[in-house]
Order: sequence, then C-alpha cells, then structure tokens
Amino acid sequence: MSDATSSRPPPRDARPVEWRALAIQIAIALAILWLGWQAIGNVAENMRARNIPSNFDFLSATAGFDLNQSLIAYSATSTYGRAFLVGLLNTLAVAAIGIFFATIIGFAVGVARLSQNWMAAKLATIYVEVIRNTPLLLQLFFWYTAVLAPLPGPRQSISLPALGLRMPDPQAGMAAITAFALASFVLLSVRNQIKGSAIKAAGYAISALFMILMIVAILFGPRVAGFGNAVGILDIRDGAYVFLNNRGLFLPFPSLGEAAIWLPAIILASAIGATGFSFWAKSQREEKGRILPVFWISMLILIVPAALTIWAAGSSVTIDYPQLRGFNLAGGVRVYPEFFALVLGLSLYTASFIAEIVRAGILSVAKGQSEAALALGLRRPTILKLVIIPQAMRVVIPPLTNQYLNLTKNSSLAVFIGFPDLVQIFVGTVLNQTGAMIQIISITMAVYLVISLLTSLAMNFYNNKMALSER
Amino acid sequence: MGATSSTGPTSPSQPSFVRSAMTADRSPPVPTSGPLAWLRDNLFPGPMSAVATILGLLFLLWVIPPLARFLFLDAIWSADNGDACRAPEAGACWAYVRQKFGFFMYGSYPREDVWRVNLTLVAGAVLTLWMLWPDARGRGGAALAFFTVYPVLAFGILTGSPPFPIGWLPSSPEGQIAWMVLIVALFATASTLFYLNRYTGWAIAIFGFIAWSELGSWWSSLELPLVGTHLWGGIFVSLLVATVGIVFSLPLGIALALGRRSQMPVLRFLSVMLIEFVRGVPLITVLVMANTMLPLFVPDSWSPDRLLRPLIGVALFSAVYMAEVVRGGLQSVPKGQYEGAMSLGLSWWQMTRLVVLPQALVTVIPGIVNSFIALFKDTTLVAIVGIFDFLKAVDTGRLDPVWAGPKISTTGYVFAAIFYFIFCFGMSRYSMMMERRHSAGRSR
Repeated sequence: MSDATSSRPPPRDARPVEWRALAIQIAIALAILWLGWQAIGNVAENMRARNIPSNFDFLSATAGFDLNQSLIAYSATSTYGRAFLVGLLNTLAVAAIGIFFATIIGFAVGVARLSQNWMAAKLATIYVEVIRNTPLLLQLFFWYTAVLAPLPGPRQSISLPALGLRMPDPQAGMAAITAFALASFVLLSVRNQIKGSAIKAAGYAISALFMILMIVAILFGPRVAGFGNAVGILDIRDGAYVFLNNRGLFLPFPSLGEAAIWLPAIILASAIGATGFSFWAKSQREEKGRILPVFWISMLILIVPAALTIWAAGSSVTIDYPQLRGFNLAGGVRVYPEFFALVLGLSLYTASFIAEIVRAGILSVAKGQSEAALALGLRRPTILKLVIIPQAMRVVIPPLTNQYLNLTKNSSLAVFIGFPDLVQIFVGTVLNQTGAMIQIISITMAVYLVISLLTSLAMNFYNNKMALSER
Repeated sequence: MGATSSTGPTSPSQPSFVRSAMTADRSPPVPTSGPLAWLRDNLFPGPMSAVATILGLLFLLWVIPPLARFLFLDAIWSADNGDACRAPEAGACWAYVRQKFGFFMYGSYPREDVWRVNLTLVAGAVLTLWMLWPDARGRGGAALAFFTVYPVLAFGILTGSPPFPIGWLPSSPEGQIAWMVLIVALFATASTLFYLNRYTGWAIAIFGFIAWSELGSWWSSLELPLVGTHLWGGIFVSLLVATVGIVFSLPLGIALALGRRSQMPVLRFLSVMLIEFVRGVPLITVLVMANTMLPLFVPDSWSPDRLLRPLIGVALFSAVYMAEVVRGGLQSVPKGQYEGAMSLGLSWWQMTRLVVLPQALVTVIPGIVNSFIALFKDTTLVAIVGIFDFLKAVDTGRLDPVWAGPKISTTGYVFAAIFYFIFCFGMSRYSMMMERRHSAGRSR
C-alpha cells in the first residue's frame, strides 16, 4: 500500500523523473538548511541583545519559590532542577490517576450506550455528546471555579458517609482476610471438580453457606472468642471518612510504619506473579485446553502476601482518618482543589472519548462470531471472555492508547487553574524567573516527546503482535 | 406407531386418546407493540435492567428540578447591576450575559467600528453556509471566494489597513498586518491553484493580482481607522482563530500527508519529523514556543504580530493532526486506482488531484470534521499567550465588581458551554449527514 507506484516500472511522467526528484530534494534540503542557518544566527543575535542565558547552569540555581503540592521533598531553597522533577512527577501522577478513572468511566459509559435499557443508553448518549462538544478548558474552569470554590469551609464540610466500617485491629483483620481468601479458593476449586447437576447445586449451596459463615465470623468472631481487646474485626464507626470543602478533599490514608519498606515491594512482586500466572494459564488453555480459574488465583496471589505482611507488621499499620481540629481538618491525606478539579475534568472528558472507542470496538465484532460461538455450545460469559472481548480489544487498544496520550498532554491545562504540573512550574514560573526560554521549552517538549514515543513504540509492538495474520 | 395411525379410530365410541372436553383457553399472547410493550422491552426487560431504570429515574429527579430552577424559574433576566443576582435564592444571571454581550462578542474592539466585525462575520457565515449547503448552486465559487478573496478582504476590513502590502515594511505595525494578508493570500492562491484547472487558476491569480493592486489605492481613500490586534477579543477572535486554523490546516495537512507518502526520502523524512514532533507535544507548549521563540528566529524588526504568533501555532498544530487523518484516507484508496490513473498516462499531479485525493478525502470526512471540532475547542487555549478569546472574556467578565457574585461564574460558563456545544454538535451532525449522502451509492 505504502509504495503504490513502485511495484513495476512506471509509465512516462507517472512519477518525477529521477534527476528531477533529486533536484527537488536537494533544493528543499538547501532551503531548509539556509532557513535553519538564518534562524540560528538570528537567535544568537537576539539572545545576546536581550541578555538571555544560553546554557543550562540555571538548573542548579536556587529556585526561591514555594510549591504547595509535591511528591518529593521541596522547599524554596531547592534548585530549579528539583522544581522540574516536582513538576514532572506531578504531571505523571495526574496522568496516571486520570487514566485510571477515565478508563473505568469510559468503559462503563461505552457499554451503557449499547445497553438494551433505553434509559441507560440515552443518559450515556447525553453524557458523551455534552462532554465531547464543549472545550476541556471550559470544563476545568467550571469544576474549579463554579463547583469546588463555592464549597463551604472546613467546619461545614460535606462529609461522606455518615456511618462507616473500620478495622480496629488490622492484625486480626488481615489474618481473617487471608483465611477467607484461602478458604473460598479451596471451596471454589473443589466445587469446579464436581460433575453432575444435583451435586453441583449442592456444591453451590454449601459454598454460599460457607461464605456467609465466614463473613459472620469476620464481623463478630473475635468478640465471641474473646480475642484480645478487639470488639470485632470490622466495627461500625461513628463519623465520616471523607470530607469535601473549599480547601480540598480529605481522605483516610494508611500509615504503614515498619511495613513501609516491605509492603510496596511485596505488592509489586505479587502483581508480577499474578501477571505471569495469567500468561501461563493462557498458554495452558491454548495448548492443552485446560481452563484454570485465573481470576480467583490471581486475586489470591495479590491478596494473601500483602495481608500476611500487614499481619506480620502487627500494630504498626494503622489508618489515619481526617478529623476536624479547630478550624481545619487534620490527619488523612489532603487532595488540593486544583488537583481534584484537574483529575475530575480530565477523567470525565477523556472518558467520553473512551466510551465511543469501546462502543465502536464492541460493534466491530461481527454478529456471526457470537452466533458461531453459541452454536458451538459456549455459554454467554465464556463467549464474552473468549470471543468478543479479544476481538474488540484489537480495535480498541490503539485508539485507547491515543486517548491516554491525549490525557497526558491535556494535563498541561493545569497551568490555567494553578496546579503545579510540569508546564506550570517550568514553562510558567521558571521561564519567567530565568528567561532561559529555549532551554526550558526544549526540555519540556522533550519530556512529552519521550512519553509519546515510548508509548508509540509499545503500541507498534502490540499491533504487530495482534494484527490479523492474513494469508 | 405406524399401524395405529394408518388404521385410525374404528369403533363408533370415542377412542381414549381423543379429547372429550375443550381445553382451557390460553392466555392472550404478550403484546409486542404499543407503549406497554415498549416499556417492558426497553425499560424493564429484566431485574438488573429495572434497577438501572429506577436509578436513572431517581437521578433525573435529582438533577432536573434544581437545574430547571437555576436556568429558568429563578433566573434573573433583566437587571442593571449584580444586586438582584447576589440574592441567595437567585438562579442564573442572564441579565449579566445580556449586559456583557458586546464584550463577549467583540472584546475591546471600538464600539463605533463593530459594524466592520459584523460585516466580516455575516459575509463569512453566508459564504460558509453557501459552500456547505449540499445542493446549492455555485458551491465551488463560494469555496473559492471563502479561501482566497474573503480572508484578504476580512483582514483589510478588520484592521483598517489596505490589503496591499507593497510599500509597507515589515517593521511598522500596519506593514506587519499587510504581510499577514499577503501570506494568507499567497497561500490561498497556491492551494486553490492546486484544485483548479491549471489555466483557470493562473488566470484568476493574475486578474486577482491586478484587481488587488487597484483595490489598494481605493482602500486607502476609505480611511478606515486602524484597529490594532490588541483590541480584538471575544467570540469574534475565537471564530477568527478557528477559521484561520481550518483554512490553513486542510491544505497544509494534505501537503504533509502527501509528503509522508512521497517517494522522495528527504521530503518524507522532513514530513515525518514535523508530524511526529508536533503530535508528541501539548498545544500549550506549541503556543508558548510560537509566542516566545518565534520572535527570536527572525530579525528583531520582523517580530510577528502578537495575534499572528498563536495563529501560526494553531495552524501548525491542527495541520499535523489533519495530515494523519488524510494519510488514513490516502491509504484507503485501492492500488488499482493508482495503476489505472498511471495507465491513462496522467502525471503525478493529475493523478493525485483528479483520482486519489477526491476519493481519499471523501472517505475521511468524519475524521476531518473531528479535527475541526477539536481545533474549535482548542482555540480556548490561546488565552495562555494573552489572546482575549471568548472563554477568556467570560472568565474575565465574572471579576467585574458591578456584577461579581456567586452565580456569575456559573452563568458565564453555562453560556459559553451552550455556544461551544452548538458549534461542535452542529459540525458533527453535518459530517454525519454528508457521510450518509456519500455512502448512499456504496451501501447495499
């Protein structure tokens, strides 16, 4: 396709004659070189005339400005290079959280648009049309200025929920969760081995009963057994967990204590293990036709080691709840209004595009595919899992990645509502203070370019792997 | 079995397997049409669906009454200042929008000269509608006027400087604007030439040039006051940025897409570099670059106008996205079309213009319109380099002490949202209509 004219000797005039093509290319290259030479000369002269720094020394100079939101230690005495790192990390954080929520909302809305339910389909359509057809910047202004800014002060915070559950003794709680996960897994695998419908029904009944018993045991067991001074592994807590006011969103946050070093490493290792297992299970299915309970085993791999770590760490793991002290809220984690508005706006905006991609993906799977699968005797959930989703994903993934990139690039709109992302800190404040415009704009563009190119590379790899192999 | 059925009942008395009493009536079939059936099929087909319907209804009940109260019932429709709107029970303050409409529309353009803006907008709207109306006569002529004569005259009318650059140096402000006009005109002529028959194109270009130079002296005798671009603002600037972006991005995008698929390695390399570079960075950084670095690239006296810089940035940014859309269209043209054109002895230009592009562009109409919609929404970002577009005007208006109040910002944003929605939604519907018309011949 790409070289439609090169397959056979071209007829007269069908493409530029060799020497003509060569001349055109040389002329273009010379013109570009000449323009570039002129531009470089002008830049050098203008920079000298305006006293603009032309090296990267400013990166190690003291920044002298404060930032209220930073993932790493930063103060006014830090360097501009440090400020750049803060901005980069903030951009990546906004992008990651935004992508997470946009994907969930987008898939839900996309499926809802195809729903048989008229109400769900229409509501999803209205959402998509309204969000897609108004500028993102307008939506950010709306969330930031018209919704979050007029919220009441801390003493009149909107609080959610009024009542909640808490875990007074995390050690006992984690032990119980581990036991519950293991027991339900054993039960499920035993049940899957049972053949025959009557016995199978009995198996379902037994597992349901067992689950209920486990939940009751978790809730009230320690109280009955008189374990320590715990009143129950889960306990009804009076008061709210989540507060929303004009200073931001306040959420409970786990304080890990001694487990702080181990827990992230163990969660990462389990995630790698679970991924590896699902690949192995897929190869088993394709080679031997053995279908394994991938979801349950993955959950087991994810939950049990983390729960055991928390259990081993004992009482050092606690959850820090936000509480009203004086005129402000203390404890927990504070999500600043700028960050909240940015993530909210970006997720809702990108979700409307993802919804359309998901819808197109599902519609792209020919009806004959699911009919053929039904004729083979597969059940509906199996058809969805093995026939429809894999084919839809081939259509969905490339534009979905594009939307993730768009979200990352759109996070630069943070500059309009004052969230310290890469552009706001570096192209805004640092550029104003140092005037090193060429270096700063080049670094910023390079960051976004590297992110885009890495994603494109991954995408090309995926496309080559997933492309239909045609004869 | 066979024996029983072939002999049949032989005795006069009823055989045991024949019924002696009528069976009970079956209940009538469930209706498959009518409002009840519709409700059952579309709102309550199953328990989960019923729950979703009820949740949706509750959501609507929760959202619609306060929204209706805010937008219509409690809204303030006319007032001289913000006192009435500051009352706690007041809804949207439409009086503020009415009062500020001039500012939202024209920015700080001198009030006694806004007829010039209106004239430009009306002429642009007429030409656009004419060009886009599916069965209108002379659509090609309208398109030609829109892409060549209109931009030149519009710049002349809006700035008040004669649209003829000879004699103006780039260093004076009028000269800069005139050079903007010249660039637009040259570009428009070049892209039009590409579409027309070669001789017609040249004839139009030469006659246009003569008429244009005559126009220059006549224009000076009109003595329209000069209005600098620092006074331009509002909806008018948003539409201007969008129009310039659209007018430039389509031809530039086609050129880049052809360059990317070219046989010449230098051309291909340059196109790929430009496309991938601009696509990889956010529009804000492109705008900041155009604003701060463009003046460094040219000699000091040539420093481009402050409105021209973001226009270049926006046009470049939308052109590379357009290039990718057009490339998709070029790839969808079957190989046989190229081979057929070559076997007829067409040159590369003829083949591209007459065979490949018409088919490629029709296939990607939805993608092109999507780029236009994205471009229209992205015009809001020019505020980062100090251009007073519509959204910036709305965002500034809420700070006016006469009107400032808790409902003002929401009112302004709702108004802006309605404006953008009408334009973007209209464009998407238009593209769907065109898509249907074009696919009518292909669908079975």
